[in-house]
Amino acid sequence: MANINLTIDGIPVSVPQGTTVLEAAEKVNIKIPRLCYHPDLPPVSACRLCVVDIKGDRLLRTACSWKCQDGMEVSTRTPHVRDARKMALELLLSRHPMLCTECVRNGSCELQEIANQFGIREISFKYNERKGDKDYSSAAVVRDPSKCILCRRCVQTCELVQSVSAIGMEGRGYDVWVDTPFNEGLNDIACVACGQCIDRCPVGALYENSHINQVWVALDDPKKHVIVQTAPAVRVAIGEEFGMPPGGLVTNQMVAALRRIGFDKVFDTDFTADLTIMEEGHELLGRIKEGGTLPLLTSCSPGWVNFIEHFYPSLLPHVSSCKSPQQMFGALAKTYYAEKEGINPEDIYVVSIMPCTAKKQEAGRSEMSSSGYQDVDAVLTTREAAVMMKQVGIELPQLDDDEYDEPLGISTGAGVIFGATGGVMEAALRTVYEVVTEKKLENVDIKVVRGIQGIREAEIDLNGTKVKAAVAHGLANARELMDKIVKGEADYHFIEIMACPGGCLGGGGQPIPTSEEIRKKRAEAIYKADKGLSMRKSHENPAVLQLYKEFLGEPNSHKAHELLHTHYKGKEIYKHKVA
Amino acid sequence: MQDLKKVDDIAKKYAEMNTPLIYILKDVQKEFGYLSQPILTQVAQVTDIPLSEIYGVATFYSLFTTKPKGKHIVRCCNNAPCFVNGSKEVLEKIKEYLGIDTGETTEDALFTLEFTSCLGLCAVAPVMMVDDEVYGNLTPEKAVAILKDYKMKGSSNA
Ligand code: FES
Ligand code: FES
Repeated sequence: MANINLTIDGIPVSVPQGTTVLEAAEKVNIKIPRLCYHPDLPPVSACRLCVVDIKGDRLLRTACSWKCQDGMEVSTRTPHVRDARKMALELLLSRHPMLCTECVRNGSCELQEIANQFGIREISFKYNERKGDKDYSSAAVVRDPSKCILCRRCVQTCELVQSVSAIGMEGRGYDVWVDTPFNEGLNDIACVACGQCIDRCPVGALYENSHINQVWVALDDPKKHVIVQTAPAVRVAIGEEFGMPPGGLVTNQMVAALRRIGFDKVFDTDFTADLTIMEEGHELLGRIKEGGTLPLLTSCSPGWVNFIEHFYPSLLPHVSSCKSPQQMFGALAKTYYAEKEGINPEDIYVVSIMPCTAKKQEAGRSEMSSSGYQDVDAVLTTREAAVMMKQVGIELPQLDDDEYDEPLGISTGAGVIFGATGGVMEAALRTVYEVVTEKKLENVDIKVVRGIQGIREAEIDLNGTKVKAAVAHGLANARELMDKIVKGEADYHFIEIMACPGGCLGGGGQPIPTSEEIRKKRAEAIYKADKGLSMRKSHENPAVLQLYKEFLGEPNSHKAHELLHTHYKGKEIYKHKVA
Repeated sequence: MQDLKKVDDIAKKYAEMNTPLIYILKDVQKEFGYLSQPILTQVAQVTDIPLSEIYGVATFYSLFTTKPKGKHIVRCCNNAPCFVNGSKEVLEKIKEYLGIDTGETTEDALFTLEFTSCLGLCAVAPVMMVDDEVYGNLTPEKAVAILKDYKMKGSSNA
C-alpha cells in the first residue's frame, strides 16, 4: 500500500497506513509527551498529554491514537496545544503526592521527567489526595494507590499481556481508581507476582517488595557466610541502570561489583540452569519412554507456576517436578556446598539477583526448604542490585572484570540462554539430542526456537523419534497453549513457558523501561554471551558432572529428587468461591 | 447465607447474549438487594468474566451498589445544571437532616444517600430521586419536608 504523506510542524514525513501521529512524529525526531501510551500496549488515550493540533480540525487530537492521513498538517506546538498539555499535566500533578525524594522511582519516573521538561515550577490547583492504603500483602509487588495517575498501563498489562486481570479500573469520573476487586490484597487474589505491572507503571504506584535492607544486615553480620547467585538475564540489563545502552553485556564487571559489595562468594545461577537441563532433560526422556504425562511443561518461571496453579490446576501433572534454577542453587548451597566447605548451613545466607519479582514469592514458598533450611534467603531484583551498588559508590561500567567463584560459578552457554524466551528449550534440545543419539550436535544454534513471536513450534528428530516442542512467553500466549492442551489439540512433547514477554530478560524486576526494542537488544546480548563461551552444552559442564559424581549420583536420583524437585498444588482464583 | 444458586439461574437466562453482564447484575441486585463479594464472585465463576472487570462495571454505574443499602435510596443529581440551580445547598441540608454523608446509610437503615448523574430533568433542576420517585424544583426546605414524609411512612409501617 502507498505511503501517506503529511507534515508535522512543517516537516514532511511519509509513513505507512495506520501509523499514529505519535509514531510519525518520532520518525522526524519530535518526541510528543505521553504518559498513558506504552509501546507494548494499545492506546487508551487517558492522559491527554499528547494532544496535537490538526489543521482544519476544531478539536485537539491525541497523537497516541490518531491515525495519520494523507495531506494532514499537524502542529505539536501551537499555544492551544501547549496550554492544553500544561493543563492536563497540572491536573495530574494536583492529585500526585510529589514525594519524589522518598520514591523508588526518583530518577526514573515519567511524570517527574515530563514535569521537568514542561518546566513546571508551581501548580495552579490545590493538592487533592488520591485515597487508598498501600498494599504490602504480596511478597513480590507493592501497590501504592496514592501515587497512581490512572494511565491504565498496569491494568492493560495484566489483562492483555498476561490474561490475569487481577486489577481493574473501578468507579468512574473524577473518582475512578485502580484496584483489585473489593480492595483485596494482591496476595489474596490470583495475582501471579510477575511484576509486569511494575515495569509498565510510569510512576511509583507499583514496585517490588524490597529485600535490600535484610541483605545489608546479613552482609554486616560477621557470623554469616553470604553468597550470591546471579540469574542469566541480569548481566545483559543491569548496565542500563548505570546509563549504558540496552544490550550491554557486563557479566564480569557485575561480578566485580558484587565482590566489592562484600559477598563472600559470587556464584552463578547459570550453574543450576545447566543442572536443571540435566534433571528436566532426563525427566522428559523418562516420560517419553515410560508413557508419562505429556507434554512436559517447564517450571522455572515462578509467575508461570502461579498462573497454572490458579487457572489450570488440572494440568499440574504436566508441570516438570524440577525446582527452578534459583531454588536448586539454594538447596545445593546449604547441602553440597556447605559440606564441601565445612560451613554450618545455618550460617549460610543465600541471596539471589533476579530479573524477576515472582522469585521473591517463590523463595518463600513452603515447598522450598527440603534440606531443612530455606533454600534462598533473600531475592533482589536487577534494579535493587543496582541500588545497592550505588549505595556504596560503585560505578559498574568503570570496574575491571572479575571471575565467578568455583564450583557454583561454572556454567555453559546453555545456562546463559535460559534468560531468553526459547532458551530452556534450546538448552534442553542440545543435551537431549546428544544423550539420545550419542552423536555430536553439529549446529549448536537451534534458531527455530529463538525469536519474539508469542508462540513458536519446532520438531527435532531423535534417532527416529520426532520430538515436538513449543515455546510461549507472556501468559496470554501460555493461556492459548493451555486451552489447546485442555481441548486435546496439542500433540507436543515439551513446552517451555516464560511468564514475561521476551522471557526473563523482559522480567518484572528488570530495569525500566522495557519495550520490544529493548528486549531484542538484551536477547542479542544473551546469544552473544552464549557464543562467546567455550562450553555450550549443559552435560559438558565439569562442575555439574563433578556434583553428580560427588553428591547426587545421577540425574533424577533419589537425592536429586529430595533436594531439587517438588510438586505444586492448585489454588483458587477467587477467595470467596463457593463450592 | 444467600442462595447463590439463584445467580446461576439468572446467568443462564442470558446465556445466549453476547454482552450479558449488565443484565445479569441488574437482576442479581434485584434479587439480593446489593452486589456483595460472594455474589459477584459467583457471577465471575458462572460467566467466566474476570472479577476485576465485573467489579469495574458494578462500581461504574451509580445504580449498582456493592454495599447493603437503606430502605429508601435518595439520589441527588450533582451535574452542572442542577449545581447552578442550587443542588449543593439542597444536598448540604439533606446531609444535615439525615446525619450522613453521600455513600452512607442512616443508622436506622431507612435512608441511603447517593449522587446520581444527570437524570435528564434539568428543566426542573435541582432534582433528586427517592427510590423511583423524582422530585424537582427543590429547595433545601422542600427536600427535607419530602424526606420527613418518607420517615413518617417508614415508622408507621414498622
Ligand atoms: S499518551 Fe496519548 S492520551 Fe496519554
Ligand atoms: S443536571 Fe441534574 S437533572 Fe440534568
